[in-house]
Amino acid sequence: MESSILTLLIFVPVAGAVLMLFFAMLYGKENAHYYKWIAAITTGIQLVLAGILYLNFDPALSITESPFTVQLNWITHFNIQYFLGVDGLSIPMVLLTALLSFICIISSWKIEKQALGYFSLFLLLDAGMMGVFLSMDFFLFYIFWEVMLLPMYFLIGIWGGPQRMYAAIKFFLYTLFGSVFMLLALLALYYYSDPHTFSLITLIQTVGSIDATLWGLSVKYLIWMALFIGFAIKVPIVPFHTWLPLAHVEAPTAVSVILAGVLLKMGTYGFLRISYPLLPGEMVNFAYILAVLGVINIIWGATNAIAQIDLKKMVAYSSVSHMGYVLLGIAAAISDSPAGAQAGMNGALMQMFNHGTITAMLFLLVGMLYDRTHHRWIVFPNDYEKPELAGQQGFGGLGAKVPVYTGFVAFAFFAGLGLPALSGFISEAMCFIGGFSVFRTLTIIATLGILLNAIYFLRAYQRIFLGPLNETYKDLPDITHRELFTIIPLAALILFFGVYPAPLLDMISPAMDGIIKIVQSVI
Amino acid sequence: MDSLQSYLIIAAILFSMGIYGVITRKNAVAILMGIELILNSANINFIAFNRFGGMENLDGHVFSIFVIVLAAAEAAVALAIVINLFKNIGSVDVDDADLLQG
Amino acid sequence: MENYSTILALLNLFLPLLSFVILIFFGKKIGNSAHWVALTLIGSSLGIAVSFFANVFVDTGGPILETSVPWFSTGSFSVNLGFLINNEAAIMLLVVALISFLVHFYSVAYMKGDPRYSRYFAYLGIFTFSMNGIVLADNLLMMYIFWELVGLSSYLLIGFWFEKESAADACKKAFLTNRVGDIGMFIGIMILFLSIGTFQINGLIDGVHNGAFAGNMGLLTIAGILVFMGAVGKSAQFPLHIWLPDAMEGPTPVSALIHAATMVAAGVYMLVRIFPILTPGALEFIAVVGGITAIMAAIIAITQNDIKRVLAYSTVSQLGYMIMALGVGAYQAGFFHLTTHAMFKACLFLCSGSVIHAMHHALHELKDHDTDPQDMRNMGGLRDKMPITFWTMLIATLAISGVPFFSGFLSKDAILAGTLSYYHLHHGWTLFLPIAGFGAAVITAFYMFRLIFLTFFGKPANDKVYAHIHESPIQMTFPLILLAGLSFALFFTLPLSVNPIDNHGWFTEAVPMIENAAGLDMHVVEEGIHHAHYTAMGISLMVAAIGIFLAVLFYLLRKVDAAKVAGMANKLKLYNLSFNKFYIDEIYNIIIYKPFLALSWLCSKLDWDIYDQKFIDGWGWLTIKLSDKSGEVDYNWLDQKVVDGFGKITQYFGKTLQSTQNGVVQNYLLGGMLGVLLLIILIQQF
Repeated sequence: MESSILTLLIFVPVAGAVLMLFFAMLYGKENAHYYKWIAAITTGIQLVLAGILYLNFDPALSITESPFTVQLNWITHFNIQYFLGVDGLSIPMVLLTALLSFICIISSWKIEKQALGYFSLFLLLDAGMMGVFLSMDFFLFYIFWEVMLLPMYFLIGIWGGPQRMYAAIKFFLYTLFGSVFMLLALLALYYYSDPHTFSLITLIQTVGSIDATLWGLSVKYLIWMALFIGFAIKVPIVPFHTWLPLAHVEAPTAVSVILAGVLLKMGTYGFLRISYPLLPGEMVNFAYILAVLGVINIIWGATNAIAQIDLKKMVAYSSVSHMGYVLLGIAAAISDSPAGAQAGMNGALMQMFNHGTITAMLFLLVGMLYDRTHHRWIVFPNDYEKPELAGQQGFGGLGAKVPVYTGFVAFAFFAGLGLPALSGFISEAMCFIGGFSVFRTLTIIATLGILLNAIYFLRAYQRIFLGPLNETYKDLPDITHRELFTIIPLAALILFFGVYPAPLLDMISPAMDGIIKIVQSVI
Repeated sequence: MDSLQSYLIIAAILFSMGIYGVITRKNAVAILMGIELILNSANINFIAFNRFGGMENLDGHVFSIFVIVLAAAEAAVALAIVINLFKNIGSVDVDDADLLQG
Repeated sequence: MENYSTILALLNLFLPLLSFVILIFFGKKIGNSAHWVALTLIGSSLGIAVSFFANVFVDTGGPILETSVPWFSTGSFSVNLGFLINNEAAIMLLVVALISFLVHFYSVAYMKGDPRYSRYFAYLGIFTFSMNGIVLADNLLMMYIFWELVGLSSYLLIGFWFEKESAADACKKAFLTNRVGDIGMFIGIMILFLSIGTFQINGLIDGVHNGAFAGNMGLLTIAGILVFMGAVGKSAQFPLHIWLPDAMEGPTPVSALIHAATMVAAGVYMLVRIFPILTPGALEFIAVVGGITAIMAAIIAITQNDIKRVLAYSTVSQLGYMIMALGVGAYQAGFFHLTTHAMFKACLFLCSGSVIHAMHHALHELKDHDTDPQDMRNMGGLRDKMPITFWTMLIATLAISGVPFFSGFLSKDAILAGTLSYYHLHHGWTLFLPIAGFGAAVITAFYMFRLIFLTFFGKPANDKVYAHIHESPIQMTFPLILLAGLSFALFFTLPLSVNPIDNHGWFTEAVPMIENAAGLDMHVVEEGIHHAHYTAMGISLMVAAIGIFLAVLFYLLRKVDAAKVAGMANKLKLYNLSFNKFYIDEIYNIIIYKPFLALSWLCSKLDWDIYDQKFIDGWGWLTIKLSDKSGEVDYNWLDQKVVDGFGKITQYFGKTLQSTQNGVVQNYLLGGMLGVLLLIILIQQF
């Protein structure tokens, strides 16, 4: 049972998608009801499996010792393995993926357009994401990484907003561009390591001895750079970030949730899973740049978010800003103060998890507003299709009309701006403390983010929910039970980890210690 | 005069005459006759090589007899073709049989 | 005993939170009996606070409660949560619980009929919870957490009537301005943590004592100033004081609780807690900020006409006093003033609430929606109609003006002694501090009596309104009476002294001078204050008298025309300067807020319209153009010319050679023969 649980986590959604096709053959494609239920049950099973995994997970065990690890030969000739494993680094991401997938299926209940395609693609996407977080073989990792892209492309391109085709193509090409670099790094690691292997565990030992050069540069440096570009696009690190606002805005709500909640984490997950353990020397040299980029992300993302008049775009830019904290935190791995290094690394991973829940909640809430009012403008743009509305406030005073919804938005906004007692605060504070132990000036600049994040959230909150009620929305219905069902688990997690983060930290810190040890060993 | 060369010369002349006949004559029957000449020139060569080539057995003679039999059979088939040709195009002039023209 | 106290402290902290939780989730069902829930729970919390306070009179030689549990840890980085109740904390707990309870009580009548009645009490609950958290916290990170949470509750309460644009603006402004200070505080905490390795306040003090910053006192000074930034925000010190006057958009009881008595004092309280690690350099900075705030806010208060705004600026000014006191080392005096100020300022605010409530109802009955119920120019002569409000407010005014027999006299006097002594010790520019102190004292006496005279004396501004004015109900007047009572000096000097000009009493016993671990010799400071005591008292009595006398002259007897004086002052634009609050809001608007919004707009243009649409999509455009070209080359040249070229050549030859295939077998044979001949000839050649 233990060794099959990881495989099941990945392939249960695939089985669900296949089952849907059978149903489609038997009952026709039109009956959306079946597909919703199949998707909900499949992701539900996956969530239960993830729960079982969590309950039996022992953070002290490394990948090689863990009873969950599966290691089978796949393509023997190239030494490619079907190698799945879980440790403190991947388990929060696995739980997050399972949870968000389930929630997203529930939040997509109203999808009527080609439900078969939507739900089956969603399950495939789910399988791909799970695979990325569980693969311990670089080749397998790469395959899942690419498997994920395609469903995403269709989900944005078919079920998205007015500019969906443009957004989908941009997203796809941009990410694929990064994947190409990753593929190069993958091949280079394979050929330069001795023995040739894709196993991320074995590579940790073998990569160190590579001292080849290419075009006068060390191969290890080139591999680091290629991996960096591959992951930087996914994070996204400014200046590779512009696919994000567009894709988030055009994607349907559930897909935005997955994009922001899970996909963005893959970039930083890649750094921690691959770049850091394999190339610690290069990481140490690059740490300063990583921190600079992190600070740029924080400030640039927040400054841009302030200017946005589309609520969803604002939330998208807030993601850019929040991922900056993660970069600052992971750059702190080189800190000579053990407390600083631990605070930074653990804070970063925690921030990945927390941002996943917070931003998911934000996108779900924005989606609910959009479902009711069919627009998301905080202020109508000057070239709005109805000229009499151009430049006017899009909403206003909804707080009096839909108090429960407003309460949840306030909760999510305050979580986003890092209010203590909500989970974002602890992880951000830890990233700052870690960053500050190495990069003093940079971190001081980054703390401006505390203010900037508050500015755009509070401005948006004021313009939408406070002030006199906009008469257009005097019949706006409040939140429904199904919607509550999707956001309450997230809210509960945000509050719980804000008040008591120890369970999460205890789970992740041994794995983070391992990475810190590898990095510190080369300083 | 009793040398290989003289036989070969005669055979060559006979061959050339046969070729000339095959190439120049329009009448299909005449062409057949030319072919007979060519075959016979070959027969002369066989005999001549058998006689002067230092061979013990009668290989050359055997081949010649084969060729004569073959020529007889060939003449029968070829004449049948000529008759068919005549039936189809009303002439035995090979110039008229240009169905293969590209 | 230890466990028992811990449970009590936990209850004290979480009962108000329970009130919040119950009222938020079941507020609709509970409806108009929400106050019963809130009063019960806050009342219990008050009871616990009283029990802790009782310990102040028992000298145990240590803190009343000190306990700490691990919160989370990653090995080297660990954070604890804990309580540290010493005498200061016990006093503060009582102040918070008492005023919170009274405000709850008062609000029952004040907020009656509000559509979000239960929500109001819920917010008060979460505020009390967060404020108790600040008071109880034994470490800076925990304090920072509750620090932000009071920011949240303040945001919610200022914006309670969020349908008003001005309230919505004010709550946002309050939160953001506070965050500016919080950034500094957070950086300061990080410096302290990374240098000493703990967030625990006592641990930090020990660390500094043991020389964690030895040879690097400059860094400790910077850390101290940065942590002080938090207080600058929360306690509305210059230059971050701008949010507090706007915060008056909240319901008046809230202003009394949060923006006068407790939350704004949190900055002072925090400085009291970390006082031992503040270096002389940091303290100097703190004193100057406090001094500037005290005098500047007082000057602004003179010309304001909104009754709550006068009180708001008065609060800013008084907070400046407390901060200045801590800065000059008069630790005890600063905290003393915090306590006394909490009582009389809460009283003043609640009185003003009572007046506004009466005005509001009067205007409501007249269906007059244009007259501002908070403008003092619309009041006048209310003394006879609202006697309880009048008398209690007068008592509180006497207290704030520093008249003997009232609590303000004692604490203010101690602060002024501190500034004088500081000048005696340091000379030079430090003269500014006593000047600011005494100057602000004159002005405070003046504008407070101006407020009293304009509101309660003279002729009513509007007889119709006047006719409808009634005294407020008992729920509102009871807290007034209680707080006015607590504004008498007696309550702070008992049982050791009944001498109205001697501040020696239980308070000074409970809050002794403490050692400074960062290089300030407290004995010298104490000595200096002791020496300056009588001089300060003399001057302060005089300045209070001057202030009151001027107010009587201007506003009661009307011997001097205030408008004329204002006009004269305005020749130098002095009146406008004060009336417009030194134009600080406008300056911020012009040099920070607007440029920043423009910058962010520019950034978004740069990011999206230029960087993304031009540069990034440029690559796409370039790729498409290139692929167009390569497609053209591929088809027109490679395919059409080269590949098809081979075909065409072949075809040409085929066409040409076609004629040889004339079907005449003899020709073929001839060709064959010629070929054979050719071969023979070639073979012959070799």
